[in-house]
Amino acid sequence: MSWLQDPATIQCLYIVAFALFIYGLMGLTGPRTAVRGNLIAAVGMAIAVLATALTPGMGNWWLILLGIALGTAVGVPAARKVKMTAMPQMVALFNGVGGGAVALVAWVEFRQSNGFTGEPLYVSIATLFAAVVGSVSFWGSNVAFGKLQEILPGRPITVGRMQQPLNLLLVLITLFCGVAVVAGGTSELLMIGLLVASALLGVAVVLPIGGADMPVVISLLNAFTGLSAAATGIALNNTALIVAGMIVGASGSILTNLMAKAMNRSIPAIVAGGFGGDGTTA
Amino acid sequence: MLVQNLAILVLAGFVGFAVISKVPNTLHTPLMSGTNAIHGIVLLGALIVLGLGATGALDQILLVIAIAFGTINVVGGFLVTDRMLGMFKAKKEPEE
Repeated sequence: MSWLQDPATIQCLYIVAFALFIYGLMGLTGPRTAVRGNLIAAVGMAIAVLATALTPGMGNWWLILLGIALGTAVGVPAARKVKMTAMPQMVALFNGVGGGAVALVAWVEFRQSNGFTGEPLYVSIATLFAAVVGSVSFWGSNVAFGKLQEILPGRPITVGRMQQPLNLLLVLITLFCGVAVVAGGTSELLMIGLLVASALLGVAVVLPIGGADMPVVISLLNAFTGLSAAATGIALNNTALIVAGMIVGASGSILTNLMAKAMNRSIPAIVAGGFGGDGTTA
Repeated sequence: MLVQNLAILVLAGFVGFAVISKVPNTLHTPLMSGTNAIHGIVLLGALIVLGLGATGALDQILLVIAIAFGTINVVGGFLVTDRMLGMFKAKKEPEE
């Protein structure tokens, strides 16, 4: 059985997995092939997970099984029971937890390596990028979910003229923490500051956007989560993550553009949202 | 290793652009949901970091949550896409 754990076998399985992702995505773009395309992509995902489980030296099996069991126990009923009309917010929620997973992994990587001590520069940069984008995606998606689910008011919520300075301030805090860590700072406060500032940024950017524009915003955040997954792949040197993440990042950007065009809206106008001017929502 | 990975990254980006060229409007939401399920691949990142021996209670708790999040993203994503497409097919068939 040792050949199964050969890194080359695992890499080959990853290649099979991302080939299936691409083939499945191609299927998803046509009405006749869409159902099959989705299934093919799901098979690819199963292969990628099994291949990862073969990685030599894997341990902590009980904790892994606990996490997977928890995720299945929450995810399956949620996906089965959601009403057809509530689908967009469900996608927002699923997208959000993906971003949350990226941010959590990045945080743990920081902690485990004692602030990237002795790690190459690209590892810290890729991980911090993943942390920022994952955190923005998690909180932004949760706000999008809240708006569509009508937990939060659907109308644009802004802090008026202070919106842009506030966003800029949050960007600057995020950048400051990130640069400080890359420059060798090992204090965990910097990492927590980075995660919190980007979380607030995610909330501050999505809150001013009206409910009607939410599908486009969810698609944009979806592309972001893909990019953050690709960055995690660079940091962990994992081909499957790089390919799948980047494909989602690229196809998600195109799709966001298509969706905005179908609604006769431009992406900058949507993201500018409530503080862009008249605050009309499509 | 980094240069190889960057090459893969760029090529994958072009594949992503190429795959989505013409998509009928009705398939926008299922396609978004499908790509959403695919980025659930972040699950692998959490599996590797926890499996290869993350120590400390807090880190292990964070990673279990990350694995649960990733699993929700993957399982929920594919199931929801399948349901959406099922609705699409049911509406489409009488016309054909």
